[in-house]
Amino acid sequence: MTAITRAEVAHLATLARLDLTETELDHYAQQLDVILQSVARVSEIASADIPATSHPLPLENVFRDDIARPCLDRAEVLAAAPAHEDDRFRVPRILDEELS
Amino acid sequence: MTIMGSDLTRQTAAVLAEAIRTGEASAAEVTQAHLDRISSVDERVHAFLHVDTEAALESARSVDTKRSSGEVLGPLAGVPLALKDVLTMRGVPTTCGSRMLENWRPPYDSSVVERLRAADIVILGKTNMDEFAMGSSTEHSAYGPSHNPWDLERIPGGSGGGSAAALAAFEAPLAIGTDTGGSIRQPAAVTGTVGVKPTYGGVPRYGLVALASSLDQAGPCARTVMDTALLHSIIAGYDPRDSTSINAPVPDVVAAAAKADVRGMRIGIVTELNGEGYQAGVAQRFRESLAILEHLGAEIIEVGCPSFEYALGAYYLILPSEASSNLARFDGMRYGLRVGDDGSHSVEQVMSLTREAGFGAEVKRRIMLGTYALSSGYYDAYYGSAQKVRTLIMRDFASAFESVDVLVSPTAPTTAFKIGEKIDDPLAMYLNDIATIPVNLAGNAAMSLPVGLAPEDGLPVGFQIMAPPMADDRLYLVGAALESALYDQWGHLLIEEAPAL
Amino acid sequence: MSTAMPETIPYDEALNLFEPVFGLEVHVEMGTNSKMFCSCPTAFGGEPNTQVCPVCLGLPGSMPVVNRTAVESTIRIGLALNCTIAEWCRFARKNYFYPDMPKDYQISQYDEPLCSNGYLDVTVATVEGPKVVRVEIERVHMEEDTGKLTHAGGATGRIHGADYSLVDYNRAGIPLIEIVTKPVAGAGHLVADVAKAYVAELRDLMRALGVSDVRMEEGSLRCDVNLSLNKPGSPMGTRSETKNVNSLRSVERAVRSEVERQSALLTAGGRVVQETRHFHEDIGRSTSGRSKEQAEDYRYFPEPDLVPIAPSPAWIDELRSTLPELPSAKRSRLEAEWGITPFELATVVNAGALDLVEETIEAGVESAAARKWWTGELLRTANDQGIELADLPVTPAHIARVEALVADGSLNDKLARQVFEGVIAGEGDVDEVITSRGLAVVSDDAALLAAIDEALVAQPDVAEKIRSGKVQAAGAIVGAVMKSTRGQADAAKVRALLLDRLGVTEA
Repeated sequence: MTAITRAEVAHLATLARLDLTETELDHYAQQLDVILQSVARVSEIASADIPATSHPLPLENVFRDDIARPCLDRAEVLAAAPAHEDDRFRVPRILDEELS
Repeated sequence: MTIMGSDLTRQTAAVLAEAIRTGEASAAEVTQAHLDRISSVDERVHAFLHVDTEAALESARSVDTKRSSGEVLGPLAGVPLALKDVLTMRGVPTTCGSRMLENWRPPYDSSVVERLRAADIVILGKTNMDEFAMGSSTEHSAYGPSHNPWDLERIPGGSGGGSAAALAAFEAPLAIGTDTGGSIRQPAAVTGTVGVKPTYGGVPRYGLVALASSLDQAGPCARTVMDTALLHSIIAGYDPRDSTSINAPVPDVVAAAAKADVRGMRIGIVTELNGEGYQAGVAQRFRESLAILEHLGAEIIEVGCPSFEYALGAYYLILPSEASSNLARFDGMRYGLRVGDDGSHSVEQVMSLTREAGFGAEVKRRIMLGTYALSSGYYDAYYGSAQKVRTLIMRDFASAFESVDVLVSPTAPTTAFKIGEKIDDPLAMYLNDIATIPVNLAGNAAMSLPVGLAPEDGLPVGFQIMAPPMADDRLYLVGAALESALYDQWGHLLIEEAPAL
Repeated sequence: MSTAMPETIPYDEALNLFEPVFGLEVHVEMGTNSKMFCSCPTAFGGEPNTQVCPVCLGLPGSMPVVNRTAVESTIRIGLALNCTIAEWCRFARKNYFYPDMPKDYQISQYDEPLCSNGYLDVTVATVEGPKVVRVEIERVHMEEDTGKLTHAGGATGRIHGADYSLVDYNRAGIPLIEIVTKPVAGAGHLVADVAKAYVAELRDLMRALGVSDVRMEEGSLRCDVNLSLNKPGSPMGTRSETKNVNSLRSVERAVRSEVERQSALLTAGGRVVQETRHFHEDIGRSTSGRSKEQAEDYRYFPEPDLVPIAPSPAWIDELRSTLPELPSAKRSRLEAEWGITPFELATVVNAGALDLVEETIEAGVESAAARKWWTGELLRTANDQGIELADLPVTPAHIARVEALVADGSLNDKLARQVFEGVIAGEGDVDEVITSRGLAVVSDDAALLAAIDEALVAQPDVAEKIRSGKVQAAGAIVGAVMKSTRGQADAAKVRALLLDRLGVTEA
């Protein structure tokens, strides 16, 4: 496995929506590298003939019937919102200024 | 047995429930005694993030009313409980140990809380934890660490350190934990208490704020094996709101705890987790426990699980991957913290500022790790390989359980370490989970129970029992037998030796 | 937007120079009672944020549970599209942040779709007659819809220049079916028609299967159009993806405008950028999306909160047995049975009259008459009233009765219309309207002759013309007689009586 670069860490932070500081970027670049070196050992025994397991249980076909049921109280839902207006959640503008 | 005049906080849940049923003590008295204890010690222990005093007393009084009106009370009715702050409870703060959810009051109850309420258990409040259950010490809680009642300078384990500390500090006789890689069992081990991670799918996850969906499991915590079994039987069982919930009868764990018999059982020591390299006192108490089990009539067999050495690597890929996705929703749009919404920032910037401010260092570290492991180009090497290791670990378990009924190991490599000792060394911190992780990857059931103090530091040592999926009763059969033998040896439960605070 | 729009080359001219390859991703909202992963109702038009629960709001701790009907609908669509149904498949998480998506990931399917490798034959009209084009289907899968954003502040109410946005999560979690074609090459000048015909055919299929009523005006069918051009004999060109194409007309226009735009770029020696474009219904063309979206890495992985779907052969067979006659098969059958052309049938289909015409014919009416009434007079009335044909009070039985009366001479065409007017006005059934309005053909020769004489007296000059052999002048007298009998006469009969009266024979 190749070492993780600071630029990669910055890209990951963008993907994960984390506005990391310069110090954090340095710190995580170094730490992630150490952790990845360690965990990368999994590929040593993960040969092609071994199936991947995503669920610890062998369950299949779990469904619910198509029946509508009562919903949450809107006032209670909106009360938890950082901002709301006209019975909707208010969120900051979608586009960056330089792009609009 | 009479408990009149005794300290109500020193009793087991079973004894308290019986006293409430017979009217020897009221649920209100029992609850008040625990609230008083919290008032007097929690400033030092910091097990609780939120104590729901009024609601707890009110639900206790309603139990007393039910009793006086002749209603038949459930097996744990009126008994107080400490709830890990990762389970939703309508109208009660649910922070997951994070600034992100500092003021969030969920509009719904988790399945576990519904069942606790239905069983008339009195929920005292919400307990401290590592932020979003990421950690082994509670040092990653945004609200400061909990302290181990055996030594307040030390960690109570994690992530469910608050629940374990509440039990060990006699603030509650029952607690709920969640276990993704050992977060019930390791805190139990370092606090001298009992904790069980049920079979994956055994206790519904609906309302459990997800860390890693394919690993998370809520479970019972208490100071005795029987109390743990009683709580287990209340919270376990199918719930159609959790698609991964098992639609089958819950194994009779209470009967198993009552039976407490290992005669003829085959107990396997895992070669890869046999105590080598562990702290001397941990290895010693482990070996002594094996001798007791053998003396009680069990056959001790050593079995190899060669893939276990890759479990830690697989776990620290699968967990961060799932967590990076599960924690994406904390973006400051619908609930919780929002930072930077001053009109000058776009939604993307506000999300990034919010997550930067709302998450602590460990959470960010794991989100980054998971984002990396799932990225195109790395998926097969990391996440894909980790899922294959998971298959191999399940195969190791399956083959081991062909020759033994349960597997055993020390729960954690060391006793409680000092607060601050490992905080800057994530890899060292991750190694705490080396013995507990394989069970989460495979979905098995496991228990930790106290088996003595390490001679070198006088701190509790945990013994782990692992059973095949849906054979949770075997944990109680073995755990109760061992607990009973140790009780006979010491003349009391180990927890009685904990400092009075 | 600083980039100047490139010149365009007219569609047909462009397609003389380049060969188009297109692909379509169609999203259709399923008409289930409840959402994809929770029990919230799916009804359109509810008060904002009243059809939400912990699951579709993505609240911490909530968990999805799959709607069985949504899975069954998807399998039925897969079967109707001649797809292979997966023996085992999973949901996957598609991870990206957007405020209309409550969990900041969408539960979708990735490399294990429920249905794959099918086809749909569509018919397009050409100068040489109808042509059948096979559109191959790559995959059909299920996913969940997002919430709805409203942009506030700023001048336009659009995302550009908005000060902030408002989110309604009622739509979040509504089941979507995504149907993805393989690249379709070789359509040449018909590319826009084929794309449109494919979407129309899909719409009819969804309706026939009853999985969605496909209300396009409510945004329940949305298309992404992929298109590339290449010189004949050259490999496939770089494609653009045009999103937000939400009507049949827009599908055609999106393809046309992209052919015109790309051909101009390529002809000028430029290159097509692989990008996402957004179609604007109002101006009929697309603009470039943000280049940032190309950098997205969705980090798909199997959804750990859900278990795999493994449809048994028995379940699939059971679902197969519920498939109705599919639109294309039905059309072929009806064209043959009714002896009409695809164009004539299309008129019936577009009027929404297929079932009504079929029932009317079953009630004993000739195909031509049945089609004439439903796609003519009655369709106009329905359109005037802004309702569907099926919602008119007129039934196939009414038409059968009227036609029988016309056949035996009791009614003529004009009277028949008055009968339907009466039925639509709620005056009763056919016979009741005839009675109450006194509508019957006057067949009494004496009465007709009296009316003819009266008209001849009133118009002596016309009478003279006819007598002198100008038979074509007879129309004026016939018209006057029809008027005086309030239309209740048989015009041909009046004419015959008139000529006989004047002793004139037809030229």
